[in-house]
Amino acid sequence: MSRTALLLLADGRFPAGGHAHSGGMEAAVASGSVHDTAGLEAFCRGRLHTAGLTAAGLAAAAATGHDPLALDEAADTRTPAPALRRVARRLGRQLMRAARATWPSTELDHLAHHRPQGAHQPVVLGVTARAAGLTPLDAAHAAAYDSVGGPATAAVRLLSLDPFEATAVLARLAEECDTVAGAAARAAERVAVEGVTVLPAASAPLLDITGEQHAARPVRLFAS
Amino acid sequence: MHLDHPVTLPHRHTHSADARRPDGSRRALRIGFGGPVGSGKTATVAALCRTLRDRLSLAVVTNDIYTQEDAAFLRREAVLPPERITAVETGACPHTAIRDDISANLEAVEQLEQDLGPLDLILIESGGDNLTATFSRGLVDTQVFVIDVASGDDIPRKGGPGITTADLLVVNKTDLAPYVGADLDTMRADTRRQRGDLPYAFTSLTTADGIRPVTDWVTERLAAWHAGVTG
Repeated sequence: MSRTALLLLADGRFPAGGHAHSGGMEAAVASGSVHDTAGLEAFCRGRLHTAGLTAAGLAAAAATGHDPLALDEAADTRTPAPALRRVARRLGRQLMRAARATWPSTELDHLAHHRPQGAHQPVVLGVTARAAGLTPLDAAHAAAYDSVGGPATAAVRLLSLDPFEATAVLARLAEECDTVAGAAARAAERVAVEGVTVLPAASAPLLDITGEQHAARPVRLFAS
Repeated sequence: MHLDHPVTLPHRHTHSADARRPDGSRRALRIGFGGPVGSGKTATVAALCRTLRDRLSLAVVTNDIYTQEDAAFLRREAVLPPERITAVETGACPHTAIRDDISANLEAVEQLEQDLGPLDLILIESGGDNLTATFSRGLVDTQVFVIDVASGDDIPRKGGPGITTADLLVVNKTDLAPYVGADLDTMRADTRRQRGDLPYAFTSLTTADGIRPVTDWVTERLAAWHAGVTG
């Protein structure tokens, strides 16, 4: 594997559309539940262990080469909120574009062909990692980090938080990101034999509810 | 005549703006409209739609910063049927969405082409930004930068990538010059100095046919596009 390929894939500047999404942070700020650095850390920790773990499992499983269409269905099952399904597919479609340009592969072409409107982003992330020569554990790391990196950047913009403090939050979460990625990758190893039901299915009901509410807001900075 | 690489890049059609459709015909010309907040980008796009909609198949993508105000304005003014206007959200960073990470805009453009069939022209309006905002060549074929007289007659002198490099510079709201103490001759001289041979247009959209210089330019670009001269 190339460690640099992982850095490239996980870089916030990777042009896959993520900059327009806050991962639920804007809704959390609007409701007043996040208003400072401590709130940011609590939010990110919660998202990491729920939506982040689930996404990491799907990404790792896709990176093993398991059928991405079955995983896309598994992702739908794990995403009850229609607004968040739409967001996941939109981000998946945008990542697909960047991925095919960056690491052309027949497996990416196959998934794009069967899901022209976009597969769930974590599934595309896993297939992309595979195309980049990365391991399932790498894919899980990228997904876990993505689940907290986006909200942290959004919080800096939404609350004018000190960017150094926001970055320090991510550094403090690094070990937990590693733990989540490890658990996700271990589950993914079992998918080939035991099926997709062994993948994590942790959910964050409040993120689902506020995600729906956010989608209906007429004035917002972030798409989700 | 634009010549492609002898060997077509693999999967090229999947990411940026290939000039041809899969059947070999030229796809719609994509024109970007950038410029500071309030300079008249939406008014310019609306006026262009009204002038061109009877002879061309058009669509518009707007990039609003925190609302769908621009798209809503265009729909309310009924410059085009609502299905021909799409809004992209930019996450507090309008320049990122047109330059560094163009994926949401490309997606919007392709969705319009898919839903509406072959189009002649797609206008992509950026969110109001600063003087450094320019469009990626992966998103648009040619770009217009719109500034206005009322924001200060020193803006052409200040320059910046939008003013110096845009394919057309529009200096809008010339009718306001006497009220804001703007010297149009100075603005014209500074514009020429900054842009060399690149075209520019001074417009007042409150007068009948005030959009004419921009319409003429768009028509020329479209003819060049179909002749295969550009892109």
